[in-house]
Amino acid sequence: MLKQIEGSYAMAEAIALCRPEVVCAYPITPQTHIVEGIGELVREGKLARCEFINVESEFAALSVAIGASAAGARAYTATSSQGLLFMAEAVYNAAGLGLPIVMTLGNRAIGAPINIWNDHSDAMSMRDAGWMQLFAETNQEAVDLHIQAFRLAEELSMPVMVCVDGFILTHAVERIEIPSQEDVDAFLPPYDPVQVLDPREPVSIGAMVGPDAFTEVRFLQHYKQQQALSLLPKFAAEYEARFGRAAGGLLRTYKADDAELLVVAMGSVNGTIKDTIDEMRAESIKIGLVTLVSYRPFPTAALRAALANAKDVVVIEKSFAVGIGGQLANNVDQALRNMTVAPRVHSVVAGLGGRPITRAALHRVFRQAVIQPWEATHFLDLNERIVAAEIHRTRKKRRSGPTAENILKRLASESSFVPAE
Amino acid sequence: MFQIRIHGRGGQGVVTAAELLSVAAFIEDQHAQAFPSFGSERMGAPVVSFCRIDSKEIRLREPVLEPDALIVQDATLFKAVDVFHGLKDGGYLLVNTNKSFGELHLDSVVAKLPAGHIVTVPATELALKHIGRPVPNAALLGAFAALTGTVRLDSVAKAIHEAFPGKIGDANVAAATEAHNAVAAARVRTAA
Repeated sequence: MLKQIEGSYAMAEAIALCRPEVVCAYPITPQTHIVEGIGELVREGKLARCEFINVESEFAALSVAIGASAAGARAYTATSSQGLLFMAEAVYNAAGLGLPIVMTLGNRAIGAPINIWNDHSDAMSMRDAGWMQLFAETNQEAVDLHIQAFRLAEELSMPVMVCVDGFILTHAVERIEIPSQEDVDAFLPPYDPVQVLDPREPVSIGAMVGPDAFTEVRFLQHYKQQQALSLLPKFAAEYEARFGRAAGGLLRTYKADDAELLVVAMGSVNGTIKDTIDEMRAESIKIGLVTLVSYRPFPTAALRAALANAKDVVVIEKSFAVGIGGQLANNVDQALRNMTVAPRVHSVVAGLGGRPITRAALHRVFRQAVIQPWEATHFLDLNERIVAAEIHRTRKKRRSGPTAENILKRLASESSFVPAE
Repeated sequence: MFQIRIHGRGGQGVVTAAELLSVAAFIEDQHAQAFPSFGSERMGAPVVSFCRIDSKEIRLREPVLEPDALIVQDATLFKAVDVFHGLKDGGYLLVNTNKSFGELHLDSVVAKLPAGHIVTVPATELALKHIGRPVPNAALLGAFAALTGTVRLDSVAKAIHEAFPGKIGDANVAAATEAHNAVAAARVRTAA
């Protein structure tokens, strides 16, 4: 059914269509509306045979999901930002134990300084925890990815994180097709666990594993994610055949065939990039896009093939590792390793802490990458004057005070708004 | 693509207004995208919301930087924020006030806009009359429909009824209808 609906509530409906049996979550902006929506569906009886468990923290939320999943229930949770950090130990445990939990991550920056707005720092903080990580470009894709995520998680017995841009998608009201229960039931069979805590057939899960077997257990986690590289396109094709809509897979390309300049990005910024590409194509600039859906597993071979014929690759990402640069750019570099003639890779960090990524800024940076490439990382729309002033201040005075507060004070003092007369 | 930016204060239904407008456009089989400015909203603080309407899929995710229309739910905002930033030449301006543009010291701004594109509506008064609460958003959407023709009044009414069934919906639709008719009549006078 086609609806004009907030992304969070559309996701709540999609998750309910997947018939989770245990949902446990702790509210944190911008994830809150998703679990509120599911809670409402449980209370109204629209999501039957599901226990919504209120917990006291994110650590408890995922711990309860782990217990529920190990007991054979289809389990779901959601969080954002600091909430994901607070559950970090359980995030690794869910993956290490091979429990097919699905979690929505309403992507938000990580503090300090505290910031409730969107970027991908939270997803990146857990990129190596062993979860599969899928990024939604639109709210429609967020709906579709959740349905595929349960299928994928349970097929491999491995948790999946569906990453959805906080506010930009979670709080946007737009046109979204909500699938029918019949179609979802046909696509997603009931959960058939590969391991289950059952008093009739007692097993223990979570044994202490020493040096004699730890490497092998870890290797098999990696082996499962490698299998996901072929399962993701297979499920995406099946999904498209049933639902009539392309969603998921490893990656998608846009106007890439003859492109000399290819952009690589994840999440909702791809929409703005496509509009920018259309404008640049109108000026006969050969530019295209590779939208990465699966970040974990990382589709090394598919990405290498998609980028092989470009001269320049611009990676736009909403996160960076302090001290080295963009994580995605580093992974793209790795995908191009040892190519005889590899494209140049240009790393752009953008949209941190909710700073809008505008077409105007993208036009500038795409052109600059070809004409005047930079070293290392380019920070899109960085206010260099403010940065320089703060560096100057800290050099002049030992007790220069807290950086964030200093910059806020300077910005406030420079505010130039004068009401119209 | 038609882009609308709504300025108001926390508690005035700024975000709801953008959402209702997007639903009205959806009812008319248009593509629409509504989203808030994502601040830590609180009662009384300046709040911004956005709505885009188009005949095809909307992919753009930047804030509305160059609006085709501005809806200002609180006239005290003109002294607090740069409401007019990026407003397109030939854009529309709809202000909730019982004063004139001259009394708001906006003559120089409105002089740059086409005569039929600017209007004031006492939306808070209409809200108090029909709803009994100072929530001007429904009245402003009715006025917006009359001013721009982007959506029809009956679609706005349907969107309001979907979100607020029963008496509250009826009262909001009454406010929207009176505002719509007042603006439509004023436009006829301007044209004549």
